[in-house]
Amino acid sequence: MSTQPVTVTRKQKEPIDFVKVEESRQFKNFMHAKKKFIVPMTIFFLVFYFTLPILTSYTTFLNTSFFGDISWVWVFALSQFIMTWVLSTIYVKRANRFDEMAEEIVKDQLDEGGNR
Amino acid sequence: MDATVVILFLAIVILTLFITYYAAKRTKSTGDFYTAGGGLTGWQNGLAIAGDYLSAASFLGIAGMIALNGFDGFFYSIGFLIAYLVVLFLVAEPLRNLGKYTIADMINARFDAKKIRGAAALSTITIVLFYMIAQLVGAGALIQLLFGIDYWIAVLIVGVMMTIYVLFGGMIATSWVQITKAVLLMAGMFIISFLVLYHFNFNISSMFTAVKTATSHGADYLKPGVLYTDPLSTISLMVALVLGTAGLPHILMRFFTVKDAKTARSSVITATWTIGLFYILTLFLGFGAAAFVGQDSILAANPGGNMAAPLLAQAIGGNILFAFISAVAFATILAVVAGLVLSGASAFAHDVYGEIIKKGKVTDREQMLAARYASLAVSVLSIALALGAQYLNVAFLVSLAFCIAASANLPVILYTVYWKRFNTAGAVSALLTGLFSALILVSMSPSVFSPVEGAALFVGEPIFPIDNPAIVSVPLGFLAGIIGTLLSKEYNAVRYAEVKVKANTGYRDAN
Repeated sequence: MSTQPVTVTRKQKEPIDFVKVEESRQFKNFMHAKKKFIVPMTIFFLVFYFTLPILTSYTTFLNTSFFGDISWVWVFALSQFIMTWVLSTIYVKRANRFDEMAEEIVKDQLDEGGNR
Repeated sequence: MDATVVILFLAIVILTLFITYYAAKRTKSTGDFYTAGGGLTGWQNGLAIAGDYLSAASFLGIAGMIALNGFDGFFYSIGFLIAYLVVLFLVAEPLRNLGKYTIADMINARFDAKKIRGAAALSTITIVLFYMIAQLVGAGALIQLLFGIDYWIAVLIVGVMMTIYVLFGGMIATSWVQITKAVLLMAGMFIISFLVLYHFNFNISSMFTAVKTATSHGADYLKPGVLYTDPLSTISLMVALVLGTAGLPHILMRFFTVKDAKTARSSVITATWTIGLFYILTLFLGFGAAAFVGQDSILAANPGGNMAAPLLAQAIGGNILFAFISAVAFATILAVVAGLVLSGASAFAHDVYGEIIKKGKVTDREQMLAARYASLAVSVLSIALALGAQYLNVAFLVSLAFCIAASANLPVILYTVYWKRFNTAGAVSALLTGLFSALILVSMSPSVFSPVEGAALFVGEPIFPIDNPAIVSVPLGFLAGIIGTLLSKEYNAVRYAEVKVKANTGYRDAN
């Protein structure tokens, strides 16, 4: 992540050119990094989630025993909980990194080009 | 009914409200809760989020659903849980960064249109009504069971009490209500689950074996398919549950009440663990109720199964635990309803009356007065509707509110933040299409029309075969947003650039 200062210096009191910020390399890299994380993750947990009702609706193999009277469908249900805990932990870790990138953009571009 | 139970119940309710009042007063003096963080730690804020998330209706409703239907009831727990990830990954951060906590305000960060405000207010009020009915049905059944009075008298008493609470109590520190409630609710859940496990010698496998013979479903109780035999109904319910939360006004409002990003993150962790544990424990409550209370007694107390958890508390913990659980559930309902009425009333007073009818030229006094009248109207309307909804499971009623939220609000929230071309026409069409398709399809569904007399509101063949119409209405909402947008020429790339930059960086003009 480059932290080069913005090339355009604006006068004070002039409104921020958000289009310019949006089109900057720095912001684009930031959005790319975010997308690369959020899109696959979201697809993953939605697919994982909907697999459960789809499997229980159209197949019966989850009804086979895992341990005694506990069948695989309960194991799958429990794995949804574990997935939630794992993913939200990963999210928090990642989001802290994204915060740093966002702060750099605010410092390098927005605070420079804004009316403050 | 047993006098000790009643006295204990009242004592605990009053104590809960007192703790809340005391804590709220302390918070108020330390500064503005919403803007300054009010000295709330991440841990406390996480509990407040969890408290908001875990409504008493879902506590009473899911326990009953699992007790009566086994695995199919557990679908609710899983759906509500994964919904938290949708909020976390897609919605929470942009909303917090835009500094907007209501849906109308957030959409207005991008468009200044009265039409959108009106449509958003309409869907908010509708969602609030459905949610209110669910809470009132739960509270009514609880009071009916405790005091042994008729359901309609119970609903009237509860409804009037809630209205008084809202009108005079106002919103003081709903956050502290939520924290207090989250702690009490989790404590109650842990105690019951512990006792249930104790009866099975802490052997989970023998608990599964026991419930196999406890209900009329036999071994099928442990398999999916008891309640949802039709694949589309199952998937439709799952769609509503997972996508609805991200469109619920009162959940989004509270999701990030601390401004500092680091504190917000640690509160997310607390909230995830609390919510996850809660939904796992619903399993022990449901199974416990099936084994120790029995299907017949649960159904006799309330045909929707809503009394499974309190009855279980009585069966394994005696009158003290029964009074405690009932009181916690009741105090929770009171708190949730207060927040709901207020968000419905403010949608009316602020968005409809203040911004649309009076075009922003409204004094604080006029707006307060309008909010009070609106609160009264919301309360009266939901009491009237709750009287007719006695036999419905409250988790099911909540799922209908979720369906509207997922169909009307979620498309607009996602498009506003992520879609460049999106415009006013698209927002209005998505909101109205999502809302009305959900409402119309529900009104034609088996929960409204049933050929069996007394099983639903009206006698007749249902035109639409699925109880929860999310599988149709959610895609319709999203589609209407696209079509509405493309039919209109309106396009403002500059405004979107601003929203996009702010939503992703958290930059504020006032900084």
